[in-house]
Amino acid sequence: MIHVRGLVKRFGYTIVLRGISIDIQAGETVVLLGPNGAGKTTFLRILATLLKPNAGRVTVAGKDIVREPHKVRHLLGYVSHQTLLYPDLSARENLRFYARLYGLPHADERIQEMLALVGLGKRADDLVRTFSRGMLQRLTIARALLHNPPILLLDEPDTGLDPQAAAMLARLLRDVAGEGRTILLTTHNISRGIDFADRVIVLSRGRIVADRPSSDLTPHDLSEFYLNAVTQEAA
Amino acid sequence: MRFWSAMWAIFWKDVRAEFRTKDIFTGMLIFALLAVLIFNFAFDLRVERAKEVLPGVMWVSIVFAGMLGLNRSFILEYDRGSLSGILLAPVDRSALYLGKMLGNLVFMVAVEVVLLPIMMVLFNVNVLQPSILIFVFLGTIGFAIVGTSFAAIAVNTRAREVMLPVLLLPVLVPVLIAAVKGTANVLDGGTLGEQMSWLRILGAFDIIFLGIAFMTFDYIVEE
Repeated sequence: MIHVRGLVKRFGYTIVLRGISIDIQAGETVVLLGPNGAGKTTFLRILATLLKPNAGRVTVAGKDIVREPHKVRHLLGYVSHQTLLYPDLSARENLRFYARLYGLPHADERIQEMLALVGLGKRADDLVRTFSRGMLQRLTIARALLHNPPILLLDEPDTGLDPQAAAMLARLLRDVAGEGRTILLTTHNISRGIDFADRVIVLSRGRIVADRPSSDLTPHDLSEFYLNAVTQEAA
Repeated sequence: MRFWSAMWAIFWKDVRAEFRTKDIFTGMLIFALLAVLIFNFAFDLRVERAKEVLPGVMWVSIVFAGMLGLNRSFILEYDRGSLSGILLAPVDRSALYLGKMLGNLVFMVAVEVVLLPIMMVLFNVNVLQPSILIFVFLGTIGFAIVGTSFAAIAVNTRAREVMLPVLLLPVLVPVLIAAVKGTANVLDGGTLGEQMSWLRILGAFDIIFLGIAFMTFDYIVEE
């Protein structure tokens, strides 16, 4: 589904990604771990066509992200730690805005369905600026799923959430993953990552330093594995 | 079809949010009114002198008030990260440009609708003549066309609020000269032929820069 070969990204003189190669199969749930500055967000933003790579090739469902960005964008839902929502519009108006950008037919039915899915049906007409952080993040998931993309990219979606809201978000994501979507998630929460994913990839200083099926690892193993991988790379 | 629908969605979203908060409109209007009031008291104008300085006063007020609006329109998108949300959508990025440009144009026209009658009272000069309104409209379109592109460039810079006028005003010189000279010509009772030459400059500027903005906006919003 996602094929990455020799991906390099530089910002000025700083090399953020140093020749990443990775294959992610359809329906796979992958967690990307790494310390701050490892290049996780940059990697996801390149997949989302928000950044162009300096070298290497990335294809999503056979479509090149640089040559056919419009076709790739149809296939992707993207959630970042910023909500990408408008606080002075209601939840329904926000989703209607994005539905128009994606040219969705029967948008009102789909919006209602998404609001119900994330448990915001009763707050649909409230302004987004009155929402808690947890509600905002659930609405963000609804926004990302609105056009029913087969691939979901999640960049630290649990940042800033209290434990209750984070658990609710995790339940929601598990339901979404159960629908057969391909999911790539970055997080600092190792136990949630292993609980959620089929596969764990560790990124450090712009390189993949480990790639293992999560079934091979307990949370304790993963913590050690993660720390070893990152420390060895740093040394 | 998707292009126009996306453009309309972006425009409508900006207008709707602004209608609720009035953040941009209030700032622009207060600035424009203060500028006009200060000029009015500073020059202590008689009717003949008012006609001489009014075109300059009017366009200074419009341009600097417009600058406030341009800055806000992209800064709000950029700081909330919502610009990325639009860029993630499978639509041509010139739809974003056109939607934003129309929004900026509507906010400026709304300010002018309040500002011009007040200027008429304060300066005792009829600025609501059709010929002047044509100059105001074409000049405002030119300002919004170029200003929207430059606001998108400036928002990525460190001193973005300072950077916008520094980048924009030199490019706007033909619009400002044509608009001020054309407005002055109407107030002086000039001929239609004289006014047409300034109108042609404004029209050509608007068309050329709209084309350039369409072709380059994709690169402007690229990170």
